[in-house]
Amino acid sequence: MLKYFFKRLLHGIPVLFVVATLTFIIMRLVPGGPFDQEKKLPPEILANIEAKYHLDQSVGVQYLFYLKQLVHGDMGPSYKYIGRDVTDIILDTFPVSITLGLLAMLIVVGIGVPVGVWSAYRQNSIVDQVFMFFATLGISIPSFVLGTILVWVMSNKLQWLPPALWEGPRYMILPAIALGAPFTGYVARLIRSTVLEVLASDYIRTARAKGLTETTILLKHTLKNSIFPVISVLGPLTAGLVTGSFVIEFIFSIPGMGSFFITAVTNRDYPLIMGVTLVYAVLIVVANIFVDMIYMWLDPRVRL
Amino acid sequence: MNILTKLSFGFLGVVFFSAVFAPLVAPYSYETQDTLNTLAIPSFSHLMGTDRLGRDLFSRIIYGARVSLFIGVLTTLLALLIGTIYGSISGYVGGRTDNLMMRIVDIVFALPDMLMIILITVMMGQGVIGIFVALTLVSWVTIARLVRGEVLRLREQAYVEAARALGANSLRIVVREILPNILDLMVVTLTFRIPVAILAESTLSFIGLGIAPPFSSWGTLANEGWKAIKFYPHLILFPSLAIFLTILSFNFLGDWCRDYLDPRKKSLI
Repeated sequence: MLKYFFKRLLHGIPVLFVVATLTFIIMRLVPGGPFDQEKKLPPEILANIEAKYHLDQSVGVQYLFYLKQLVHGDMGPSYKYIGRDVTDIILDTFPVSITLGLLAMLIVVGIGVPVGVWSAYRQNSIVDQVFMFFATLGISIPSFVLGTILVWVMSNKLQWLPPALWEGPRYMILPAIALGAPFTGYVARLIRSTVLEVLASDYIRTARAKGLTETTILLKHTLKNSIFPVISVLGPLTAGLVTGSFVIEFIFSIPGMGSFFITAVTNRDYPLIMGVTLVYAVLIVVANIFVDMIYMWLDPRVRL
Repeated sequence: MNILTKLSFGFLGVVFFSAVFAPLVAPYSYETQDTLNTLAIPSFSHLMGTDRLGRDLFSRIIYGARVSLFIGVLTTLLALLIGTIYGSISGYVGGRTDNLMMRIVDIVFALPDMLMIILITVMMGQGVIGIFVALTLVSWVTIARLVRGEVLRLREQAYVEAARALGANSLRIVVREILPNILDLMVVTLTFRIPVAILAESTLSFIGLGIAPPFSSWGTLANEGWKAIKFYPHLILFPSLAIFLTILSFNFLGDWCRDYLDPRKKSLI
């Protein structure tokens, strides 16, 4: 297993290289530079700053220089947060984003799976229709709209929960719901369809004929066999949660990687843009490896 | 066809009609300023109220529909076209070519897509074209994978073999024999991908990295409303409602489409 993990990680390296190169190219094609200001800097000072960050050299040289730095585990200094390294900023913001993502994931799996299973079990009943209606609402509502509604109702009107910032568990509830809801609807719909398929299969009929209780049939025989499609979408789902969080971080003023990415793009803070993009890419690669490993672990037929 | 599907059809019909004939439908132009009535709440003269500059929100939403729908529909169509061509070649030719082509798809898949869309949009100057290109560049891969899988399955079918025996060339086989058989799948994909594109565009515009003025989409309008949410919640309510109802209608329509075109898979996702 461990060998497999490292082998896959090795395969991820070319992908990360492509991500780094593409980001570098696109970033440099973006009009405007990091030190453009309303009031123009004196040319001597600008030249000095540019020399300090190697911006006076050709783009090709800068690219090679960045790669060399990166291989040494150094992502360079931020252009806007003077005196701070990109690595510092990421170490500060990464835990925030990952906490938000994991909480949302908890909601997605904790609510999406039971709702989907129950809907399928009571197919076409009122419960099923209500659940599926809400699931479709869930996948249709943009997270920024849901976030806005939550802030408006829970914070502005009822004043139950704080509308912004990140200073304790109370601050995490609204953002996690806003981030998780669309994916919860998606998972509920997905698992409902696979459970329906499994429930119609011969071995469930056999299980019923044997006289097993409905609970055993549902939890042991059905759920176990219908969870695979959900696991296979967990990879893209994680990616969606992770990269989708920047809107939520924007709305709730959460100091996570997403907020920093948005300001970095606006500021043309090249090293920070690179750093955040790369960390996201690593996250996606690792998440996919984990998903495949869970798959192998649950289904002995899958061998790689 | 149930009541929800009919409502969705009706709603999308009205939205598309208003978008196309915006100058005829909208009571005001999108830039007319009613300076005596700035930040007005909804009333008979301004159905959805007015913004900071006294512009009629209802009219701005109708004009915004042009941008939002244009991006949603056209990027999806283009992604479908690219994805289908790419996926058919990869699936039909197979072997090494397939391997290489799918490797490229894998890499695009591994990109943090929203970040790439942001960078490309900003690079191309935050206009309609920029976001159009950005969305297309990251969304064709999903379709390419889907089409490739289907082509791979269908190319071994007896009728394809028959066509080959009759001397049909590869292009003819793909276009005349294989693609018509995945048309259903493509229609369903189209209805489910359009709302995804609309969502992506509005999200970007909402955080201020999508469409920049003078153009405005529903996302841009929601962004303007967000800044005034405390005292003028109607400014964010109506654009959000427009986005939400449009996406919802597309999803209901997609569900119906899928059940209708493939009764065997009724009520699967």
